[in-house]
Amino acid sequence: MGTINYNHIKKLILGLFFVFAFSSLIAQEHQEETIKVEEFNITEMIMHHIGDSHNFHILDWNGHPLSISLPIILWTDNGLVTFMSNEFHHDEKGTVVVEKGNQRFTLFHGKIYYANDTKNSNGEYITLDYENHPKNLKVIDLSITKNVFSMFLSIIVLIILFLAAARSYKKSNNNMPSGIAKFIEPIIIFIRDEVAIPNIGEHKYRKYMPFLLTIFFFIWLNNIFGLIPFFPFSSNLSGNIGFTFTLALLTFIITTVVAKKNYWKHIFWMPGLPVPMKIFLAPIEFIGMFVKPIALMIRLFANITAGHVIVLSLISLIFILKTVWISPASVIFTVFISVIEILVVAIQAYIFTMLSALYFGQALEEEH
Amino acid sequence: MDLVTPDIGLIFWTTLSFLILLFILGKFAWKPILNSVNDRETSILKALKEAENAREEMKNLTANNERILKDARIEREAMIKEARDIKVKMISDAKEEAKITADAIISQAQEAIKNEKKSAMADLKSQMASLSIEIAEKVVKEELSNKDKQLKLVEDMLNDSTLN
Repeated sequence: MGTINYNHIKKLILGLFFVFAFSSLIAQEHQEETIKVEEFNITEMIMHHIGDSHNFHILDWNGHPLSISLPIILWTDNGLVTFMSNEFHHDEKGTVVVEKGNQRFTLFHGKIYYANDTKNSNGEYITLDYENHPKNLKVIDLSITKNVFSMFLSIIVLIILFLAAARSYKKSNNNMPSGIAKFIEPIIIFIRDEVAIPNIGEHKYRKYMPFLLTIFFFIWLNNIFGLIPFFPFSSNLSGNIGFTFTLALLTFIITTVVAKKNYWKHIFWMPGLPVPMKIFLAPIEFIGMFVKPIALMIRLFANITAGHVIVLSLISLIFILKTVWISPASVIFTVFISVIEILVVAIQAYIFTMLSALYFGQALEEEH
Repeated sequence: MDLVTPDIGLIFWTTLSFLILLFILGKFAWKPILNSVNDRETSILKALKEAENAREEMKNLTANNERILKDARIEREAMIKEARDIKVKMISDAKEEAKITADAIISQAQEAIKNEKKSAMADLKSQMASLSIEIAEKVVKEELSNKDKQLKLVEDMLNDSTLN
């Protein structure tokens, strides 16, 4: 019965989609004759939304952006330089220069560069090469960007949640969970019984539990924050390659540091094979050592970013087709994708944790 | 290209934040939570085992009780049987004894009666003898005082003797 119902719903949604799409096409023909619409660059809009930013844009009010200014911290040739991002006046095209000490900085497409002394013909204090990439020197930028802000927020939430959970155990005299711990405990038990113990082993898993639990909840919460489309959430932190790179790097470091003799043997001198095969496999296994964390990094980055791109693209349909008639389809599909995303963000956090545990387990495996 | 180029700033802050988070949660959240969960699990396992033991003990106890009850029943039956036997024996003994005593009394009484009878008979005989002699004396005295009567007596006696 369930599958039949599901098929009905699917047909209904598809039907609605075609009706809206078709009607919008007709509507578009009419509109193009009368109204001139400002050119809308969808790629730039999506890239801007999934990328990082030096100020937290909340909304536009009467054509003026309403945003929160975030601190900019620069490690320059003359030491640390700090100022607030509103000194750039929301400019991202390198036309505003901020002078601190005897150094001049300008913000060009989300990156901070040392500014030129004079502006070029476009009013930019930036020298561009023939591919439109700036030739100016980049500053080492340790700013509290939108993503960093979001990460701090998630850390505060995590600490409050889990310390409250831990307190609830201390309060009860028979180790029974209460309040938030009731919700968290099954997840912790799941990580322990389904992720840590089967992959790492009954005797060694304890040491890795804090890392696995922290990484799972850290990724999960940041994924969820990314799905919430308004301030102070909405940043695409877990879909940022820098973030996933760091977490994958930590998994790689732990795997390499704790690895037993057996692990190295399986990489450089695979047991139980003829010598030519051993020599043939060694470089492959050696590359595999790095490919595993890289896959970890790309998987999380790509999945979360893709989710954001899909949602943004569906909303952009309204602007691409230049009609409000498509909006019901956009909204329905956005809701549909968002529901799937809720599942995906949990699964991605789980997969990251699961694979980390698997790599630790491989590294710790004893000779048998 | 921007999308897949990691930012040094974000890497720096992520590393720092994650390590701090790992430290704080590891020390103040995961450790107490996992310890509590473990403690609870061990205590539940212990309680289950204890319950199992208690059940086993209960079973043993019941079996024991039944055995004791059975033993007691057997003992009671034996005691009752013994008591019945004793009773029967006592009664028969008593009967025997009573019979012996009665017999002895009866025989004694018979002996005494016999003796009494004997002495009574002897006494009676002696008394009758003396009485008979007295009577005979008197009669003889009377009869012999008159001639006619003497004759008549002799005649009567003769008659009697012929009749016999």
